[in-house]
Amino acid sequence: MRQVISGNEATSLAVKLARVAAISAYPITPQTTISEKLSEICGSGELNAKFVKVESEHSAMATLIGAASTGVRTFTATSAQGLALMHELLFWASGARLPIVLVDVNRAMAAPWTIWCDQTDSLAQRDTGWLQFYCWSNQEIFDSIICSFKIAEELLVPCMVCYDGFFSSHTYEAVDVAGQSEVDRFLPPRKAEYFLDTKNPQTFSGGTLPGYFMEFRYKLQQAFDRAHGVIDRTYGEFAEQFGRKYDNIESYFTDDAEAVLVASGSAASTALHTVRKLRLDGKKVGLLRIRQLRPFPEQALIDALKPGQQLGVLDRNLSPGTGGVFTQEIRAALGRQGKNQPVYEFVAGLGGRDITENDIKTIFAMLGNGQGDLTQINWVGLKT
Amino acid sequence: MFRPSKHIREKYLEEEMWPSIFCQGCGIGTVMNATLRAIDKVGLDIDQTIFVSGIGCSSRVPGYLDADGLHTTHGRAIAFATGVKLANPELTVIVFTGDGDMAGIGGNHFIHAARRNVDLTVICVNNYNYGMTGTQVSPTTPVGGITMTSPYGNVESPFDLSALAIGAGAAYVAKWATMYPHEMMTAIKKGIEKKGFAFIETLAACPTGYGRKNKMKEGKDHMLWCKENTIGKSRYERLSEQEQNSCGKIVIGELRNIEKPEFTAEWSKLVEQHYME
Repeated sequence: MRQVISGNEATSLAVKLARVAAISAYPITPQTTISEKLSEICGSGELNAKFVKVESEHSAMATLIGAASTGVRTFTATSAQGLALMHELLFWASGARLPIVLVDVNRAMAAPWTIWCDQTDSLAQRDTGWLQFYCWSNQEIFDSIICSFKIAEELLVPCMVCYDGFFSSHTYEAVDVAGQSEVDRFLPPRKAEYFLDTKNPQTFSGGTLPGYFMEFRYKLQQAFDRAHGVIDRTYGEFAEQFGRKYDNIESYFTDDAEAVLVASGSAASTALHTVRKLRLDGKKVGLLRIRQLRPFPEQALIDALKPGQQLGVLDRNLSPGTGGVFTQEIRAALGRQGKNQPVYEFVAGLGGRDITENDIKTIFAMLGNGQGDLTQINWVGLKT
Repeated sequence: MFRPSKHIREKYLEEEMWPSIFCQGCGIGTVMNATLRAIDKVGLDIDQTIFVSGIGCSSRVPGYLDADGLHTTHGRAIAFATGVKLANPELTVIVFTGDGDMAGIGGNHFIHAARRNVDLTVICVNNYNYGMTGTQVSPTTPVGGITMTSPYGNVESPFDLSALAIGAGAAYVAKWATMYPHEMMTAIKKGIEKKGFAFIETLAACPTGYGRKNKMKEGKDHMLWCKENTIGKSRYERLSEQEQNSCGKIVIGELRNIEKPEFTAEWSKLVEQHYME
């Protein structure tokens, strides 16, 4: 049934339909309305789940690690400082191979204090062993959460679904909300092979000597290697049943494009809007929307690029001392594949500043006339 | 109305930051007013005073003062303040915090600073909920209290923050409500003057958040609620044990005022003994 809902409501409804058994969350803007809605859904009995109110995000993730260890499906949502406070336990969740699903409503990291959007918070967690997806529409948020449970539970790897604070979390869009029986058919109950069981006592995550620790990490890496196939298959099955297809890299107008911009999140939708407009003016521009950071979709990226294209990356994040995280990831992937393709780096929209049509036009102009600097960050909309 | 006089306003407020974000009827203004008057009474050099806060409505206070302020992460104000005090023991350090910030995510820092008896003045605006994020259950939400995350009533036992401070070892503890601004001011003054960990809990209205959901939609409703539901310490102590057990009221007043070794002073002594020879 189509409903006009916010990004955060799309999350809450997807979590309900996924029949999650344990939820734990701590208030933080702009995530809070997710946990409020879930609290209401649990309270009214619409969802038979335990909603555990805790005293910090660290406790929220600890609660879910406990709950997920008993073999049930678990969920939490957070933003920025909250995700950073979970950092220690994000490693624990992936190391313990618990398929927890987390929504991060992207918000810039303080100091100075801010509640507005950029993607530095989740990108800074890229080494914690979580799958990461970035959404640009409320429909995609809904669909990604349903798929994430399936992917995470097959791989025994936790999964983070990310979308932009306020731009997506508080914007209302039409979303096709699937029926319970349809979701049940796609996403059967979690069947854990290993879990805390009084009938079959086992101990998890105990002290591991140097003789075996590395093998645990090797197996985690193997799961991420396998993830490419599992993600493709799962989104394929989803498309078959629900009619909506998602790729980890989506190409728009790139076939004959002379200049291509890579973007993610809500900024990608502004970029697509601008690309369409520039196409009407006869400009040969295109967009690659990247929707997956871990595992990094290296092959899909290589396949999407044509030789000789001017390539720019729009980063709504900053890793000080190197630059935009997506740029670094893309440069590394191209390097590994032996491609000597220059990548222009554009940093924009930090701390909730709008990324406008004019900003995207400026970027394409710089890509087109060689004004961009390859050796350093090209800041967009910076006050000087 | 209990408003700052022109003198207080001009001396201590950062005019450019006004108007504040506080809602109509919010208790924070009264607590801030009492604090500034206490500072004025003590004759504190505002340029040798640091205000430290975490996250939440009450943590906005340092931003409105014409004094040095350190706005920090959620729950950690007391830890940051401990660092400020240890590095510069001559400074007066005042922490502005709330129930969610200080007793929820930052509960650990609170009890350990009280245990160490660090010379800080911690002013906690207890409005029974996470107000800034929109009325979620907090560690001081009363049993049965309605919030966005306890829509059918809270089932968790709340903390008695003052009792917690006493149990943890604070040198000075007082609990007042915005209904009693003068007494609150006196308590804050004594807290600032106390050489040691001083904790002043202030029961405050949150008309937009907790109040709206719990039949206290206006600031005055909370005042009346406080009048009904609190009892002064000396009056409480005159009751028989049976009456004390059955009165069901919140005991307010100066709950503890003792002398005990202060952390930065003890630390300085240790340094002198071992390294100054």
